[in-house]
Amino acid sequence: MPLALAAILLGVLAGGPWLPQWAMFIVTVAFARGLVALGLMLLLRAGLVSFGQALYFCLGAYAAGALGRFLGIGDIALEMLAGGAVAALAAFVLGFLLARYRGIFFGLLSLALSMILYGLLVKNEALGSTDGFNILRSTLFGIRPGADWVRYTVMGCAAVVSVGAALVVHRYLQTPLGRLAPAIKDNEIRVEYMGASARYAVHVKYVIAAALAGVGGALAATTVGHIDPDMAYWTSSGEFIFIAILGGTSNVVAPFAAALLYGLIHTTAYDLSPNTWQMSLGIALLLLIVFLPQGLFGRLGWR
Amino acid sequence: MAVILSARGLCKNFGAVSAAAEVNAAIERDSVVGLIGTNGAGKTTFINMITGYLKPDRGTIEFEGRDITPLAPRDITRLGICRSFQIPQLYGSLSVFDNMMVALGVVLANARRGGFFSRGDPLVPGFEAPAEEAAARMLGRFGLAEYRDRNAHALPGGVRKLLDIALAMVARPRILLLDEPTSGVSAAEKFGIMQMVLEAVRAEGATVLFVEHDMEVVARFAQRVLAFYDGRIIADAAPQVALADPEVKRYVVGRHA
Repeated sequence: MPLALAAILLGVLAGGPWLPQWAMFIVTVAFARGLVALGLMLLLRAGLVSFGQALYFCLGAYAAGALGRFLGIGDIALEMLAGGAVAALAAFVLGFLLARYRGIFFGLLSLALSMILYGLLVKNEALGSTDGFNILRSTLFGIRPGADWVRYTVMGCAAVVSVGAALVVHRYLQTPLGRLAPAIKDNEIRVEYMGASARYAVHVKYVIAAALAGVGGALAATTVGHIDPDMAYWTSSGEFIFIAILGGTSNVVAPFAAALLYGLIHTTAYDLSPNTWQMSLGIALLLLIVFLPQGLFGRLGWR
Repeated sequence: MAVILSARGLCKNFGAVSAAAEVNAAIERDSVVGLIGTNGAGKTTFINMITGYLKPDRGTIEFEGRDITPLAPRDITRLGICRSFQIPQLYGSLSVFDNMMVALGVVLANARRGGFFSRGDPLVPGFEAPAEEAAARMLGRFGLAEYRDRNAHALPGGVRKLLDIALAMVARPRILLLDEPTSGVSAAEKFGIMQMVLEAVRAEGATVLFVEHDMEVVARFAQRVLAFYDGRIIADAAPQVALADPEVKRYVVGRHA
């Protein structure tokens, strides 16, 4: 797995300059969404579906945006750090509540929390209310890339961070706590009677997932250049769940591959017919679910 | 002999039903104790109170002189009191081997080994071997090697029982509680299961309490019998003595004899 990830990173960094600007945009957004889906995958493995991961995606985006709006900082690295940290902190606090719930209660509670954030942002004039606000032009470690190189710089950062995150999660899945996920899904009573705390394990996974979503949010914000409360809306959460299910839980590359595929289908559908793109997208997704119920890598049996 | 577990004045009521009424028992280290009694006599309630699943209304349970009554099940497990279940509690979607790996993972985590930053394959305490090797050893000891890659939900009844007990043994318990280890198992397999479990236990050195309805199994494997009736212990003696007791005969064995 580390080798595959290194190859992906090299490929993106080396091949990047030859990509057209629009393709760089799609790839970068795929990394951002893939990070969120990677976190969802951790929760899915433990049998938990968060219908509100957009909460942390949006928190990360606003944390990154706030750096520019209030402190004049547009550094990508700092934005991602702030996004991840704010999301992780929020998840650490909320986790004490959420780690007690399973199944539909966990899902709906996370949905409710994300809609609370949406409501708060819509009412907040200082943060641009429903219009949101623009993100500063990206810099990296104080260097301001030329206009033609901004996209590439952001994409490169996205690739580095995503590959790093995938490596960390891959390693985590091999630790005893990471291995506990399917056991929690199957039989929580047994987990407790083996002397492990399912609640603690879920709390840890929840915080990791949120941190990843926060970094993804910051990345999306700096890529798109604009943030608004819709990032926390439930349809946004739905997108992430879809990508996570599309990818499946077999390996850490899957969420990113799924995010890229989702982005391509979305863009193509919009290109072909701007008025009915939701329908085209829906049909494409339906077919994928019918024919790839285990996710993209299910049939290959990758691990 | 030294007492490892003692219950004093345990009382537990479920509404009007008394599942434990002044239960007193002192269990000696490394002994094998059979718990007998009709359904509803209070055997499983006794086990559930020891493992912290149920809290007694009154009374205390001490493990090696320490009051464990208020502890949560996982903390009691960490002290070395492990249990199997009447209905095996397995990880149904995982293979037999992966069931074992999860159990070993918990042992590693509780020993603070094999964390995120650890290097190489951590050694499982008690086995002093990497988890894969320890899992293979456990499966071999319980005759489960041939089922290694089968999914736990698709196992025959006797194998499920054995895996359930093997999962409880992974943490090398000081006290092993077996809730009806031979129920739902064919008559031919019963003795084999008990034999295998007790051999494994003897190798590790642990105290065993087992709930059992089959008096032949009790007479053969228990060194001591606690007979429950109506939430009370009506006999506490060696099997020959306890099973010959008139009260036990009348309330516990009578129906079978």
